[in-house]
Amino acid sequence: MTEFLWLIIALPLVGALINLLFGKRIGEPISGWLALAFVAVPFGIAVGPMLGFMGGSAHPETMYLFSWIPGVGADIAILWDPLSALMTMIVTGIGALIHLYSIGYMHGDERYPRFFAFLNLFIASMMILVLSANYAMMFIGWELVGLSSYLLISFWFTKPSAAAAGKKAFIVNRIGDLGFLVALMLIFASFGTFDFATVFAAAPALITVGTATAITLLLFVGAAGKSAQIPLYVWLPDAMEGPTPVSALIHAATMVTAGVFMIARSAVLFEMAPVSGAIVAVVGTATALLAALIAVAQTDIKKVLAYSTISQLGYMVLAVGVGAYTAGVFHLATHAFFKALLFLGAGSVIHAMANEQEMTKMGGLRKKMPITFITMGVAWLAISGVFPFAGFWSKDEILAATLDKGGAFVILWVVAIFVALLTAFYMTRLFVLTFLGKPRWDEGVHPHESPATMTVPLVILAIFSASIGGINTPWRLAFEHFLHPSFEAIHHELGLSGAQIVGLALFALLVAIAGIAWGWKQYHTEDLPAEDGAFWRRSLAAYGVDDLYGKYIVAPGKSVSDWASDTLDAKVLDGSAHGIGTGVRGFGDLLARAQTGQVRAYAGGVAVGGLLLIIVFLAVGGGF
Amino acid sequence: MTVTITWFLILAAALFSIGVAGVLIRRNALVMFMSIELMLNSINLTFVAVSKELGLIEGQVAALFVMVVAAAEVTIGLAIIVAVFRTRSSADVDRLAEMKG
Repeated sequence: MTEFLWLIIALPLVGALINLLFGKRIGEPISGWLALAFVAVPFGIAVGPMLGFMGGSAHPETMYLFSWIPGVGADIAILWDPLSALMTMIVTGIGALIHLYSIGYMHGDERYPRFFAFLNLFIASMMILVLSANYAMMFIGWELVGLSSYLLISFWFTKPSAAAAGKKAFIVNRIGDLGFLVALMLIFASFGTFDFATVFAAAPALITVGTATAITLLLFVGAAGKSAQIPLYVWLPDAMEGPTPVSALIHAATMVTAGVFMIARSAVLFEMAPVSGAIVAVVGTATALLAALIAVAQTDIKKVLAYSTISQLGYMVLAVGVGAYTAGVFHLATHAFFKALLFLGAGSVIHAMANEQEMTKMGGLRKKMPITFITMGVAWLAISGVFPFAGFWSKDEILAATLDKGGAFVILWVVAIFVALLTAFYMTRLFVLTFLGKPRWDEGVHPHESPATMTVPLVILAIFSASIGGINTPWRLAFEHFLHPSFEAIHHELGLSGAQIVGLALFALLVAIAGIAWGWKQYHTEDLPAEDGAFWRRSLAAYGVDDLYGKYIVAPGKSVSDWASDTLDAKVLDGSAHGIGTGVRGFGDLLARAQTGQVRAYAGGVAVGGLLLIIVFLAVGGGF
Repeated sequence: MTVTITWFLILAAALFSIGVAGVLIRRNALVMFMSIELMLNSINLTFVAVSKELGLIEGQVAALFVMVVAAAEVTIGLAIIVAVFRTRSSADVDRLAEMKG
């Protein structure tokens, strides 16, 4: 079965090419269905081999496709292990659902086929990233993912804000990519190869803890860019300018998890560098807290979800930071489902409300959109961490692993619990403001349930959001066994006893319910509570981080560029080029005076010259 | 009084100087041309005289070469002068200064 795995990368690429070249002629909606097929078939191809890992009959293998740069371990090869299998299932599975949803959502867009070409390109890039068997090929996928994300965020490029958001995402990611690239150079300098298997096998003997720390910290810079962590998270909220399916696919379920995936893939290196692990954990927790504090005050439904995504990514990064790779990847998987569901539900609402995104102008949509209401309800409970929905299980595992680390990590645990409370609070706020209470719609808005192509993905995602947590419960660690081959070298057992784990889970559940009750009390009222005061204003303004960056990073950068363009280029460089030209011309003018056009003057010159020569010969030769 | 080579060389030098003076002083293209012929033939005279004195045949060969080249030069030069005279009704070289840089 595994010999067909290369098709998982090839098919979406072919789909993208077809829609790019012939999309206009194929037209709506066939081009959308075609694109869906080019994602659904890879999903089908991957299911069989993936089930092999579940049954325990399959072993990780590397499929060599062709040589790219010989001798440096940079071949085009597929590493098929449980981790890449899981990512393949998430990306192609949720990707297919989002393609289906987009067929309805993008209806009537004049660049409809182009949108699906970009979506397919994104899926192909993501598959290159997760299936790569070495860092060099991973980097190709990494960059292609950045490109397709840029294309999709600025898909409606006639809107200046969308074009700016695309550029911002690309440039901020570029900063992270620089870290990744330097890490790759360091890896090559240390190991002489990019190949995962060789690097991880040689790492403990070949490099010092210091080198491992440097490599992992640089890798984390890259991860912070893609997975939107402090200080590089600022691009993700702006990325909501893209079409909503894009927000769901790229900026919630798949691309932003690339950083977490990369850290999990490099687990062997991170295990060697406890300092890096601690830094990663602290940054993850800080990001989770900051993003949650911003999310509570946002009124744009997509902005709430964007900051919530950053916050949940913080959880995943915290998990991989404390060495709980399984927990981190588990949360990645559950989050992919319920966050995609939340975004698609939000898209359905925005669609129904004639592109209104302000939650203050929604309310009372429960009766008008029953399917969206119920599915969003499931996602709301899942992200809040209510038993037995998906988020409960995965978040609980991260919390348990953090507490288990002990020492100063207890502080991170306290913060993470507080973030869980905030998460439940702001998600309740979102849910109540949108679906419950009295309608606060603008005049002329007539909400209606979305078409079947949009509601079917919602229902499927809701089923998974409700149930997928069951794959890894404390008493049935199916998911951990499934992932075991990927993290064989670095297996941790939790030191907590069974009773402690159950106690922790109950506590986390209590916190979630407290958050929901708090939000319910605040917002399920006749009139909306006034959200003013310094806290709300600062939170709504995202604590001015963007302005801070603008003032201290963008503005100085711009003045350096201005100087380079106006002074260095226009005056110094152009000046010296012009100076050389002017000098040569002046000298030529001087010489041209000798050319009088008077033939007798020339003859005089020849005569004088001849005479001088005779005198010289006479003088030097001392006579004939 | 025997005629030695010195006599020939002095005559040739005198003819050459007259030619140079003609080229430098006269403005008529035709006269300048004749002066150049004078210079060429004074050199021919030198060649032949030295050839006879040293008993070498090369000098006479060189003189023949000069004559051939001079004949060709005369043909082209005269054609140019005629062409210039036709367009300007004058052969004054000082007025032919179009090539001034």
